Amino acid sequence: MMKLPIYLDYSATTPVDPRVAKEMMKCLTIEGNFGNPASRSHSFGWNAEALVEKARRQVADLVNADPREIVWTSGATESDNLALKGVAHFYQKKGKHIVTSKTEHKAVLDSCRQLEREGFEVTYLDPEPSGLIDLGKLESSLRADTILVSIMHVNNEIGVVQDIEAIGELTRSRGILFHCDAAQSAGKVEIDLQRMKVDLMSFSAHKIYGPKGIGALYVRRQPRVRIEAQMHGGGHERGMRSGTLPTHQIVGMGEAFRIAREEMLEENARILKLRNRLWDGIKDIEEVYVNGDLDHHVAGNLNVSFNFVEGESLIMALKDMAVSSGSACTSASLEPSYVLRALGRNDELAHSSIRFTIGRFTTEEDIDYTIKLIRMNIDKLRALSPLWEMYKEGIDLSKVQWAAH
Amino acid sequence: MSVYLDNNATTPIDSEVLDTMVPYLEEYYGNPASVHSYGRKARTAVDRAREQVASLVKVHPGQVIFTSGGTEANNLALKGIASTKRTNVIAISEIEHTSVIAPAQAMQKRGWELDLIKADSDGHVLPEALNEVIREGTCLVSVMLANNETGVIQDVAAISELARAHDIIVHTDAVQAAGKMPVDFESTGAHMMSLSAHKLYGPKGVGALIVNKSLELEPLIHGIGHEMGVRGGTENVAGIVGFGKAAEIAAHKLEKRTNHLFELRRYLEAGLHQTAGITIVAEHSQRLSNTVCILVPGIEGETLLMNLDRAGVAVSSGSACASGSTNPSHVLLAMGIDRDLARCAIRISLGKDNIQADADILLDNLRREVANLQTMGLQAWAS
Repeated sequence: MMKLPIYLDYSATTPVDPRVAKEMMKCLTIEGNFGNPASRSHSFGWNAEALVEKARRQVADLVNADPREIVWTSGATESDNLALKGVAHFYQKKGKHIVTSKTEHKAVLDSCRQLEREGFEVTYLDPEPSGLIDLGKLESSLRADTILVSIMHVNNEIGVVQDIEAIGELTRSRGILFHCDAAQSAGKVEIDLQRMKVDLMSFSAHKIYGPKGIGALYVRRQPRVRIEAQMHGGGHERGMRSGTLPTHQIVGMGEAFRIAREEMLEENARILKLRNRLWDGIKDIEEVYVNGDLDHHVAGNLNVSFNFVEGESLIMALKDMAVSSGSACTSASLEPSYVLRALGRNDELAHSSIRFTIGRFTTEEDIDYTIKLIRMNIDKLRALSPLWEMYKEGIDLSKVQWAAH
Repeated sequence: MSVYLDNNATTPIDSEVLDTMVPYLEEYYGNPASVHSYGRKARTAVDRAREQVASLVKVHPGQVIFTSGGTEANNLALKGIASTKRTNVIAISEIEHTSVIAPAQAMQKRGWELDLIKADSDGHVLPEALNEVIREGTCLVSVMLANNETGVIQDVAAISELARAHDIIVHTDAVQAAGKMPVDFESTGAHMMSLSAHKLYGPKGVGALIVNKSLELEPLIHGIGHEMGVRGGTENVAGIVGFGKAAEIAAHKLEKRTNHLFELRRYLEAGLHQTAGITIVAEHSQRLSNTVCILVPGIEGETLLMNLDRAGVAVSSGSACASGSTNPSHVLLAMGIDRDLARCAIRISLGKDNIQADADILLDNLRREVANLQTMGLQAWAS
């Protein structure tokens, strides 16, 4: 039995896995572990603390890190803020130049804008049309006063996977810190922080079947990375992030990461099959393009531009599908996706793109129904499009002089 | 058998609150920023919770900025205002929670000037004390509505009147006050007020900063759009829903709860009076209905706590956030209590589910511990 609308927006957020919810509940009842983990004077506190430390280990294990390198935050947005501002403020005497990419999440970009207002200089690299960052161009952007490079692991819109191992080698060889937003990659793409020379990494729970409102920042100990805290108070998290630790949230994140570690391989294979099934079902439609290099790509993401069909009306037409055009965080605005623009897609194609993201609970039935819906509606919407008519008549739209209203 | 008397550190979540939250984990899991029905459902829930929190402190929903808790709200208030002001002096009371003191000290390191407003021996922060520190460049004042350690309630309205006369912005940390006493944002005269869900039988990890509409705040967490551009990050929908419900219940049951707590505390304090050597801090000051801070001279507070815990009684000394440190409470020191005596402080904070039997268990154990440790002390003397 399909549940309608079919949820294909796993990159926007995911349902909490029942196993995760079960662990969380143990901390949400009066018989359970409701104590403040910082209370050192009684067993309510100690029990909560023990659970927090267990979850810390679970998060660390997914990425092969030391538990002491995991700092709890309220989510990946806060982790990104903490990484960028924390590093910038701490190391500003060493230099004030930061390098990032135009396709980063707004949490990174807006933090960079804030740092620019404070007198830092930021270089925003253009990705290749594939969505990948060219290592050579990255290297050329590095200067003597560069203190931080921030490049996300997997892009939330187009699903491209950056070669963070190579980026880490480059930055380490130059003595520059490397922050990587892994909100979309943790639990979906292998991460080994013993091997990869990443200095800071942002994690989100709600992208991997954990609860919203909790995340973490990995802060490397060897070699030692220092950051200036952004949230001051009782000195929690070794002084890096103060605030009462929400036991149930942390336990949820730990369990989500534990499950991801154990099931990632199998789950990826299953999801990849479903993604390929979806693409196979629509790729023969005329004027349909995939955004993002499918070779360096996370399994569950398929971002497609349907030329001559406006994205928002397509979403409206596909009421039985919950998808997105552009990233969820900017869904409310009518701007074409800045990520697709950065890839070189023109405004029209950017506006007519849909992001399908498949996840743990997606079925074959869901995919088949989706294919049917798309095929049905594309024809209808194109029939209503004067641009499609002109295209079919062989008119070169780029040569048309459009009259202003 | 255990008795939980540390409700100022955190409270167990109310079962009605939990029931309201749970569907937003597995079932209504949409991202409020998504345009589809999953997203809209989540968005509606967040809006509803915003109204509920707003009602608790009698403001318009547009004045509620959800945060990850009280610490973040305090940080946002201080740092957020400060960067929009041209002058750079901030004044906070000596008895603030560490989540106000620490950001103020961090700002000091970045070039701000920090003045401390003195508390008197009854735990009050008076307008006179504020007057002593106000100067040319003072742009922000922060005085908490009720203290987490002593329970003493401040006359923030009087503080605000003085501050406003000098064009100074007022922030008040109402994290402990909300749900334990009536809180009317307008009446406090403050421009900003911090709240926390887990102090009023809601979940941890969510709080709010209540702001005056005209106020311009620099975000602490950047990331497009959320919370009217002031606080980035996907909303903790389940947490916010829980906060809303907890706030709604707190508003409806305020009178009933405070009556129960006043009664219970009266009973407890009568028992404490009968125990030799115990003093109640700021006994005659107006205090939150649930808080009793006691001094047990001659007995190290930490030791007493450990023994009480072994007996199944959970209380604390000072704030949970500073738990484990060997420093005496800065609040008690500010009130003029001697360092050694301050080390003998225990904080008892009652909750809505505590009953007389709990008070009896605490009293019995207190008396026994006091007797034991005094005996041991005497024996050590003798040998």
